[in-house]
Amino acid sequence: MTTRGTGPADALEPSPGPGRGSKMLGGRAVLVSSVSTVLFFAVIAAIVVLAPGSEVVAERFFNPFHLRQSFLGTESEPSVAAAFLLNVYIFAISEVLILILALVIAVVRGIPGPVFFPFRMVAIAYTDLFRGIPLILVLYIIGFGVPGLGLEYFSYLSDVTYGIIALVLVYSAYVAEVYRAGIESVHESQNAAARSLGLSRWQSLRFVVLPQAVRRVIPPLLNDFIGLQKDTALVSVLGSIEAARAAQIYGASQFNYASYVVAALLFVLITIPLARFTDRLIARDKRRRQAGAAA
Amino acid sequence: MKRTVLIGFLVATLLLAGCGQQGSGGSEPEKSCDLKNPPLFEEGVLTVATDKPAYPPWFEGDPENYSGYEGEVANEVAKRMDLPIEWVVEPFNKSYAPGAKDYDFDINQITITPEREQAVDFSEGYFNNTQGVLVLKDSPVADAQSISDLKDAKLGAQVGTTSLDFINETIQPNEEPKVYDTTNDAKSALESGQIDAIVTDLVTTVYLRDFEIKNTEVVGQYPRNEQFGMLFEQGNPLVGCVNQVLGEMKEDGTLKDLEEEYLQQYLSVPTLKE
Repeated sequence: MTTRGTGPADALEPSPGPGRGSKMLGGRAVLVSSVSTVLFFAVIAAIVVLAPGSEVVAERFFNPFHLRQSFLGTESEPSVAAAFLLNVYIFAISEVLILILALVIAVVRGIPGPVFFPFRMVAIAYTDLFRGIPLILVLYIIGFGVPGLGLEYFSYLSDVTYGIIALVLVYSAYVAEVYRAGIESVHESQNAAARSLGLSRWQSLRFVVLPQAVRRVIPPLLNDFIGLQKDTALVSVLGSIEAARAAQIYGASQFNYASYVVAALLFVLITIPLARFTDRLIARDKRRRQAGAAA
Repeated sequence: MKRTVLIGFLVATLLLAGCGQQGSGGSEPEKSCDLKNPPLFEEGVLTVATDKPAYPPWFEGDPENYSGYEGEVANEVAKRMDLPIEWVVEPFNKSYAPGAKDYDFDINQITITPEREQAVDFSEGYFNNTQGVLVLKDSPVADAQSISDLKDAKLGAQVGTTSLDFINETIQPNEEPKVYDTTNDAKSALESGQIDAIVTDLVTTVYLRDFEIKNTEVVGQYPRNEQFGMLFEQGNPLVGCVNQVLGEMKEDGTLKDLEEEYLQQYLSVPTLKE
């Protein structure tokens, strides 16, 4: 199936820029795409700038003074940038816990045999429940409910901890389903072959099925984590000041929304690398599979 | 290269938007307003906004026909302008959004500050607000008598309030304050011990103590030269009319009478020392 290039993977790599591939077509494509890009953004810019309220919107959302001041913070308003560190902290801890808990749930759900029926039931009920409840409600129930119970230790955790628990509960339900899709996409013959080689059921799962399953679901997993990054903002309902809340405080005190723009840019900045990384993984996976098919 | 072009244009768009004229705000001289023919959002009716839920004693009764202190102040303004009143809902966080407002003014315990006046116009103040501190009777700060007694407390406040400024500027606690969407959330956090004290306006703290949260005490109030004002779209000439009417209400004692009727029981709390 490969007509040029040295190897299958090489040929299918997307051309990094003009000059590779067909030169004539490439030059024209660049020209067309440049013109179309210019037009596209010129039209958007024109709409924004020429709108009757553009002056007020520019003042209220993009005032350079407020952009800078909300980023840095003042004596009475927290810095949006510093508050964003809390989002990163919540994200980092939740992500690790979700990866572990979700895998456990997915594996439990796939264990065959009548003895394990109750475990499968629990796993199914768990995913149904926590995929069904909006995150903000779980946050309220955990964050305001558990401290109200007056239990030893568990009722005296910090609000950030309750926030992390709620995120882990909800996102594990989603991620468990992603894992399960991966596990089920591994053909049964793989398992059968492993078992016929003398591997136990557990060994087959651990060394044959899961490695293939996890590799396949890395792109959708990362997709869920991009969602998780943004949802860390919801933890603020329990009281802690993260970036979105810091922006809200600044906005309410200065009557200016520039702080929200700053928070939005920070979220985008941290999301873009993960999104590009996901794209690369998807492209690499596609190349590999197509290379495999050609071989 | 394609990517560079793309990013370049994004930046250009942002810059263009950012460089649009600055400082359309500021305090221009008040435009004159003819009380006989006031410029209204809707002909023949005074449209007044507040947040929902609205809390007593600021607002009492049903949303079609509010009483309570702020409710009655607005009613009295409408009466003196010889207009029927119509209540609409305006969330606080939307009250300073750019664009035309779909009401004449918003009355919602909004403190007048110079920063906020860059974005909206305020009427003259109609109430002198002070900050109040509400604690559980068995909390470590239950005996607090001064600002410095509160330094080690875990403090909570509602987002967007000047109470948060009071915490950050005056109390300067050692632990970052907790910030909640609503007073209700702050109340849950206080009841379950997540925070030691709620800081909000004095009247609300006393209301919470008397009607909402058992076993609590208001340890003190702290005046910060704050006044509540009605919020208008910037440049709305109606401010002039409302200020005239408010001035009359101050002079003939109506405002004081309303304050006594609705707020008296909430105002007798010792003042916190430094």
